[in-house]
Amino acid sequence: MLGYIIRRALFSLVTIFLVSILSFAIIQLPPGDYVDSYIAQLQASGTPVSTSEAENLRARYGLDEPFAVQYGLWMRQVLRGNLGTSMQWQRPVREVIGDRLALTMVVSVAALVFTWMIALPIGIFSAVRQYSVADYIATTIGFMGLAVPNFLFALVVMYIGWSVFGLNVGGLFSAEYELQGWSFGKFLNLLSHLPVPAIVLGTAATAQGIRVLRNNLLDELRKPYVVTARAKGLSETRLILKYPVRVALNPLASTIGYMLPFIVSGSVIVSIVLSLPTVGPVLLTSLQSQDMFLAGAIVLLLGVMTIIGTFLSDMLLLLIDPRIRMED
Amino acid sequence: MSTEEAPLLSVKDLQTHFFTDEGLVRAVDGVTFDIHRGKTLGVVGESGCGKSVTARSLMRIIDRPGKIVGGSIMLRKPRNDGSNQIDEIEIGELTDDGREIRSIRGESIGLVFQEPMTSFSPVHTIGNQIIEAIQLHRPLDDRAARNRATELLTMVGVSRPEERLDELPFQMSGGLRQRAMIAMALACEPDLLIADEPTTALDVTTQSQILELLQDLQEENGMAVMLITHNLGVIAEMADDVVVMYLGQVAEKGTVDEIFYAPKHPYTKALLQSIPNIYQPSRVELPTISGSIPHPYNRPAGCPFHPRCPEFMPGTCDVHVPETLVSPTGQHVRCFLYTEGAVRIDREEATAGKDASQ
Amino acid sequence: MADQEYKPSHSPDPTEPADPDAARPPATPGTGADRTSDAVETVYDASTGAAAEDRVAVASQFQLMWWRFRRHRLAMFGGIVILLFYSVVVFADFLAYASPQASEAERSLMPPQRVYLFDDGSFSPHVFGLDSRRNPQTFQREYFANPDDKIELSFFAEGFEYNLFGFIPTNRHLIGTKDREIGESVFLLGTDVQGRDMWSRLMYATRISLTIGLVAVIVSIALGVVMGGLSGFYGGWVDMVVQRMMELLYSIPTIPLWMGLAAAVPDHWSILRIYFAITVIIALIGWTELARVVRGRLLALREEDFVMAANLAGASQFRVIFVHLVPLVLSHIIAAVSLALPAMIVAETSLSFLGLGLRPPAVSWGVLLQGAQNIQAVALTPWLLLPAIPVIVVILAFSFLGDGLRDAADPYGM
Repeated sequence: MLGYIIRRALFSLVTIFLVSILSFAIIQLPPGDYVDSYIAQLQASGTPVSTSEAENLRARYGLDEPFAVQYGLWMRQVLRGNLGTSMQWQRPVREVIGDRLALTMVVSVAALVFTWMIALPIGIFSAVRQYSVADYIATTIGFMGLAVPNFLFALVVMYIGWSVFGLNVGGLFSAEYELQGWSFGKFLNLLSHLPVPAIVLGTAATAQGIRVLRNNLLDELRKPYVVTARAKGLSETRLILKYPVRVALNPLASTIGYMLPFIVSGSVIVSIVLSLPTVGPVLLTSLQSQDMFLAGAIVLLLGVMTIIGTFLSDMLLLLIDPRIRMED
Repeated sequence: MSTEEAPLLSVKDLQTHFFTDEGLVRAVDGVTFDIHRGKTLGVVGESGCGKSVTARSLMRIIDRPGKIVGGSIMLRKPRNDGSNQIDEIEIGELTDDGREIRSIRGESIGLVFQEPMTSFSPVHTIGNQIIEAIQLHRPLDDRAARNRATELLTMVGVSRPEERLDELPFQMSGGLRQRAMIAMALACEPDLLIADEPTTALDVTTQSQILELLQDLQEENGMAVMLITHNLGVIAEMADDVVVMYLGQVAEKGTVDEIFYAPKHPYTKALLQSIPNIYQPSRVELPTISGSIPHPYNRPAGCPFHPRCPEFMPGTCDVHVPETLVSPTGQHVRCFLYTEGAVRIDREEATAGKDASQ
Repeated sequence: MADQEYKPSHSPDPTEPADPDAARPPATPGTGADRTSDAVETVYDASTGAAAEDRVAVASQFQLMWWRFRRHRLAMFGGIVILLFYSVVVFADFLAYASPQASEAERSLMPPQRVYLFDDGSFSPHVFGLDSRRNPQTFQREYFANPDDKIELSFFAEGFEYNLFGFIPTNRHLIGTKDREIGESVFLLGTDVQGRDMWSRLMYATRISLTIGLVAVIVSIALGVVMGGLSGFYGGWVDMVVQRMMELLYSIPTIPLWMGLAAAVPDHWSILRIYFAITVIIALIGWTELARVVRGRLLALREEDFVMAANLAGASQFRVIFVHLVPLVLSHIIAAVSLALPAMIVAETSLSFLGLGLRPPAVSWGVLLQGAQNIQAVALTPWLLLPAIPVIVVILAFSFLGDGLRDAADPYGM
């Protein structure tokens, strides 16, 4: 058991390290550097910058050093909690994305919860009543859910919200709470706004969850232990819930691991369409204006949070699957 | 096979069919036999002859798209109240997942089957699964049920039973698991234990241990055993009566001595000949049954065995369905060889009253 | 496995052999209980197979796949839809009737026209011309169909010049008008903000979006087959490294990564260069699934008896790989590709939609959908959402096709 935990933890650390390199590469990737764009911006606003001033700026940010050294400098800052300064906002990156990062996670977790609330009963039903009309409907919805890219789904939901209900379904807060500090009222307001993004984000994952669960369960239902349990005199409902569903849940728990990256990924693009106050829209504008420290920090933090989430889901698997617990 | 007492279980003309997309499969097609208290009925046949489906039909646990379409399964179940009353229950007529059939499963009929590796849920402890079987039919609290489970494991010869209860199936060997499986099947002292190839997946030493265990347990509590196997050696060792099945039908039925020393049906004879014998001269090829089991969707007309039968009579066996004949000693055989004037049987006469689905 | 044969086998086609293992009785060890007896053994005579089974026995891998695939109705349907879409790719110029770039502020945001097929009971397809006027309150341009201004449509009419298949100069188009400049009078799906005809733009966008997926898939096949092949065939530390790379790409959110990489593509590049840059970016992240499939199959096949048999029979390593393994893996690759393609198409569409992928004047589905990015646009000009329909249809069709192919790739089982 300990071996498993250590292995997963090590893997997470290595992954975080690789993500940090990728994030830094994104910071470095655009032609020219951050000073170039800074100068261009200053010049555009009418402040000329001399060559020596530019050199000073470069030296200050260590921009003449090789990639590895620059990465080291950046990492040291990051580990100290300093993610750099956003050029576009003229504020520390941490301030720009603090709340938004938390909200990104809130939205992603809400989507995950929605996914399981829907996928679990439908998946079970569809496997137990295989080839029934309900199974076909569930399967078709599953296919649709997978086929509609979630930003399109967001657009459609928005259109329906507007044309049928006359509502703007975007955002996570009502106007009156938007600029307020945190309060219980604001929290409730957030809860009331969560379902739409959760559904939009969770639908594709739900469709996938239904498929995975249905297939797992169909496999499990054919296993002899189901016959054994039936031969004991267990009622069908109790039997299915206690045995095959329980066994089919294991691979399911491990799918959380790859659903989370998928959902976080989707949340970026969906929050742009639904104008949610998450990191998505900030990432887009930072990329458009080549505010690379901000963009790199967002990519890094999203990656790290996803990896941590995946690690937690591995631990969950440990909790529910005795076979892993008993290992070594 | 004459017993004064009424049999525990009487199966009459049982038909279980599978309605698949590809067509109708008559997995069990008119099977009749009795099971007596304290006796062992051996059911033998090649894979796919309908042995397991017959067994599962008795407990009504056939998977979709299988369905019992005809016949009767009469269980004579003694009342629990101490009186000598016996309830006659027609299992075939009970509702699918109803309380009555569930009270028979595990309580009156226990099931042990082939795969000891997968017969237990991999994520629940052995104890959890045995205790569940006990508590389903006995009003025992957790502690009492656990004690009973320990008792059961001890009875089937599992050492350190207390610890085993908390182990997961994958931590136990195949033999141990099969013992645990038997313990679970016996949890409520069933009147009938169905053992469906209980030793096929086990190594030879473990096999004989398990069989001995079954015999001992039967002597102790006087239950009936229905032993399904394709291993004639096991049958010879264990059974009192034998049913030989071929393609969902009973080819021959009799006491173990009748089957082994006076086989009637060509199929039974062929089965017995294909057993290697240490008294046989060496380097002689073992006789085998020619041909293969017909495809289930495509069963031959007439006697199902005729394409492979060494005593095939053209014009009879491939046209008409043989009737079951009963000898004075009670041996049943379904073959034209024993019909008066079989070879000369009149075509119109035979086709009049019979059809292939009988 | 006793009596499993009576459970439904997965083959609705009687020409298909049942699971070959199912017909064999399990090997039975003798019991310790009886020294002389053994099981009911039957020896099988191969010659008893029906003619139909012989046909199966000699069929090639691809024949088997095709037979199996044909039975999968949804997959067949998906395949046909995809063929239709790719014929749009080939005939985009013919199907379009106006230049995709012809803009005119006067025609901004026109709604789709209704097409009338009959006039006074006789077949005469036509639309009505649109008169515009500015709403004095909102200052929005509003359009009204003018019932007196009947515009008759004709087929295979002359229009702007283009090269069919890239080298046959012609000016024929599917739709034309009898007496009017079509680009100024017919707007089947309305116009965008700049007054460009949506129908014609959609045709060209289909060409770009569907080919970008194709190119990206080719790049990822190359990556996937090489990485998966190395990993699956050599195992050991190579496998370790490739596996970790794949897990890494699985465990991080890809869209932010795509966005980051795509944003780094310089603005001043030509359309073609951007097109290839985006393709490569999509492929760089999308190869993992293909590599996983190839690796998995190779690992499984390496252990198969027939590979051992071929080795023992003295076949060279080269022969084993290319005669025995490649055709088997190929079928799985084809299936995986048809499942990967829609993901690639969505990736391009999403990136372009955000303005980070293809940029105007290039037209792709994502670029077209940019017009429908905010709630005002969606609410007031819902026809700008129309390009969503082909996206969804194509993805569904590919999913069905891919599912069918995946089942078919395994001719002996599911």
